[in-house]
Amino acid sequence: MGLAVATTRSPGLLSTAFLIAAIVIVVAGCQDDSVFARAFPAYLALAAAVVVFRMIFYILVGIKGAGAVLIPLPQIPLPDWAGGIGLLGPVSASGLVAALSAGLALAALLLCFGAAVSLTNPQRTLRSLPASLHLLGTSAVVAMTLAPQLVSSWKRVRRAQHLRGRRLTGAHAVAATTLPVLQDALERSLSLAASMDSRGYARVHKGSSALVLWLMVGALVGAAVGTYALLDGTGPGWLAVPLLVAGAGAAVAGSVIASRRILTTRFRPDPWRLRETVTAGVGLLIAGLAFFVPQLGAGAFAGLSLTFVLCALLAMTPILVVDTR
Amino acid sequence: MIRLHRVGFAYPDSPAPILHDVNLTIPEGELCLVIGATGSGKSTLLQIVNGLAPHFTGGHLDGTVTVGGLDTRSHPPRDLAGTVGVVGQNPAAGFVTDRVDDELAYSMEQLGIADSVMRKRVEEVIDLLALGPLRRRALSELSAGEQQRVAIGSALTAHPRVLVLDEPTSALDPTGAEEVLAAILRLVDDLGVTVLLAEHRLERVIQYADSIARVTDDGRVLHGAPVEVLADSPIAPPIIELGRLAGWSPLPRSIRDARRQATGLRQQVREQLQLAPSVAPTHAAGTSGRTALKAQRLRVRYGQVTAVADVDLSLCAGELTAVMGRNGSGKSSLLWALQGTGVRSGGTVHLVGEAGSTGYLDPAELSGPDAIRQIALVPQNPSDLLYLDSVLAECRESDTTTGAAPGTTRATLDRLSPGLSSSSHPRDLSEGQRLALVLAIQLAATPRVLLLDEPTRGLDYAAKRRLGEVLAEHTAAGAAVLLSSHDVEFVANIADRVLVLADGEIITDGPVGEVLTASPSFAPQVAKILRPLPVLVVDTVRAALGAAP
Repeated sequence: MGLAVATTRSPGLLSTAFLIAAIVIVVAGCQDDSVFARAFPAYLALAAAVVVFRMIFYILVGIKGAGAVLIPLPQIPLPDWAGGIGLLGPVSASGLVAALSAGLALAALLLCFGAAVSLTNPQRTLRSLPASLHLLGTSAVVAMTLAPQLVSSWKRVRRAQHLRGRRLTGAHAVAATTLPVLQDALERSLSLAASMDSRGYARVHKGSSALVLWLMVGALVGAAVGTYALLDGTGPGWLAVPLLVAGAGAAVAGSVIASRRILTTRFRPDPWRLRETVTAGVGLLIAGLAFFVPQLGAGAFAGLSLTFVLCALLAMTPILVVDTR
Repeated sequence: MIRLHRVGFAYPDSPAPILHDVNLTIPEGELCLVIGATGSGKSTLLQIVNGLAPHFTGGHLDGTVTVGGLDTRSHPPRDLAGTVGVVGQNPAAGFVTDRVDDELAYSMEQLGIADSVMRKRVEEVIDLLALGPLRRRALSELSAGEQQRVAIGSALTAHPRVLVLDEPTSALDPTGAEEVLAAILRLVDDLGVTVLLAEHRLERVIQYADSIARVTDDGRVLHGAPVEVLADSPIAPPIIELGRLAGWSPLPRSIRDARRQATGLRQQVREQLQLAPSVAPTHAAGTSGRTALKAQRLRVRYGQVTAVADVDLSLCAGELTAVMGRNGSGKSSLLWALQGTGVRSGGTVHLVGEAGSTGYLDPAELSGPDAIRQIALVPQNPSDLLYLDSVLAECRESDTTTGAAPGTTRATLDRLSPGLSSSSHPRDLSEGQRLALVLAIQLAATPRVLLLDEPTRGLDYAAKRRLGEVLAEHTAAGAAVLLSSHDVEFVANIADRVLVLADGEIITDGPVGEVLTASPSFAPQVAKILRPLPVLVVDTVRAALGAAP
């Protein structure tokens, strides 16, 4: 997350490149062999595609500024309704670099997200949710296992239907495949729900649900009005902070009461160890550095400042902790 | 422990009640076996015990059901979770988490048991069911038998006093089934758990049952000692049929009982076989037939895993071959590769043309109706083939696709599973009925090679007999049939030749009599009782005794 903040504040090409390198190294270093970890290459491909698309769009419809012209393409003016966007036009070096760095920044953000997913395994993250959100968490886990199941049952049905010796075409084929797949998914979810029900999912112990409901509504209202007051400069500023605090308080209270009603426990909760502390600390540090002193040591190269080299190096420290453990 | 008092159960749209006036009392620590014909309401009876019916399934319940002193009327399934553990027919569909130890702990997490207690219980269950090597594995990577053991384990960690199991061994090979049953027995013996278990393959479980509840076709339940209930039951394993035939009293339940009573019978059968060898099945007849399909060095790989390794195989016209082997030994991959739709990583498959023609065809190169006139496959999950909205439409579609005379499919279907309504939706049929429909569809083209993947799941004895008859007829008409099965008794009844597959290699290939008597885990009950006589099935004994003056 710290890296993501750093990325958005990153002024130039090289800084971003450093950050991306750091992400890739961290993922390569910490990866285990889970399904989610295997998804990281897909994120890499997506990020590369983003960069390429950004470049293509720049060449096609980008607004070309001044600068050394690399490829003197003719500009094709579009009719007025296109709002002054011209097709092609001369491609300048500085424009290309700007497009590249913007694309890279987006790509880096994507990679941050990809790294987070592939390193943490969402199912384990969901297990750390507070008890009041436990039911939601379980639903999310179930939903996440559904997608791969759909794909596999789609393949199975397609294969099986070849056996009937008739090539179906068009809408008929889609219906013929979709129906069994959806029915399969429905039956699966029903049997899963039956299994969860008979294993004690959503047992209610004590307490009233009305109180929780009112607390939650209060929390929402507080948060909404408070945020509005805070952001809208014309509103009474003194109202904002107390409302936000009250809203947050109501949310916490509601959550606690809800947690008490649903008594569940965690098997082998993930412990908070040195590694977790270091990772979180480094994240905060990076975000702080990038936010407050982005220009530290800037100058030697365009778009490269010492801060971001530092950030990239810092980002890699969690690997060291893992290795020394 | 479990009490059902004047219980009736009906779905709103069904004409007749599924269960009717059921009185049943199962004391603590008893293993009660639930039997009944396909679709007779066994599963419903089990669901009533844990409250899933009617709380989850809907429908109308009369009478009272109490489990461990709790009335299911006022306690939904989730409140009974600490009392009743349930393992469904397809355990993989009931897994909530993705790792073995998390799955074992899931019930306890829901019940709010402290972490330290959970760890202790998980260890206990891992020891009890021998799950040690699996504990950190992903659930999706386990074999069917392992998944079943994990499902039982995850029901056990909540320390239920009642365990309800719906066909726990239906997907398992004989060895895997024994492992699961041994685990269940330990629970009954050591922990005093009350077990309610539904099963079609009685030969696997009958010896362990303390009592049997038979669900009759009109929705009543007869409950009593196993031998009493089975004495006049139309559903009976070979050992009971043999006992009835020989007039033994009391009827034997285990191989050991039967062998002690069988001394006279063995002598009698031996004499008859010597006098009239013709009553012994002439299984060897087909092997001299013409080759219908030939596979050479056939190989199937999925990534790093080799499922089928360099298999040479030829199937003869007019011969019924069975493939057996452990779960995950490559049986399905072999069938799909032979058919041509599945993955094939190497080797060749040829359909040998009709006598006189010299054409060699690879089934993978055929398409459309041509393909199913040559080679047809009934997959493990037959419902994947069905996509129309009624039985009638499916039958018509099949007749027009294959160019068969109108009504062909329906006629076959009526033989396999009589009395199916034309207007019913294929999805509403029971598993056995759907299989019958798909088989009828695939047979409409009278394929020269027929492949069947696990065709006996969920079938009762009568349905298996009908399936056997249809297959025998098809074989006699000159087709080659290859089926994979874990069902030893079924294979003993219908197959001419048996292949045993292990790790993708054929390790045994021979006539059914030799292969099935060679290893104790593949031997049918009659062979075990009458050993060393080469007799596999009750019908042979009946023929031998019938031939006696």
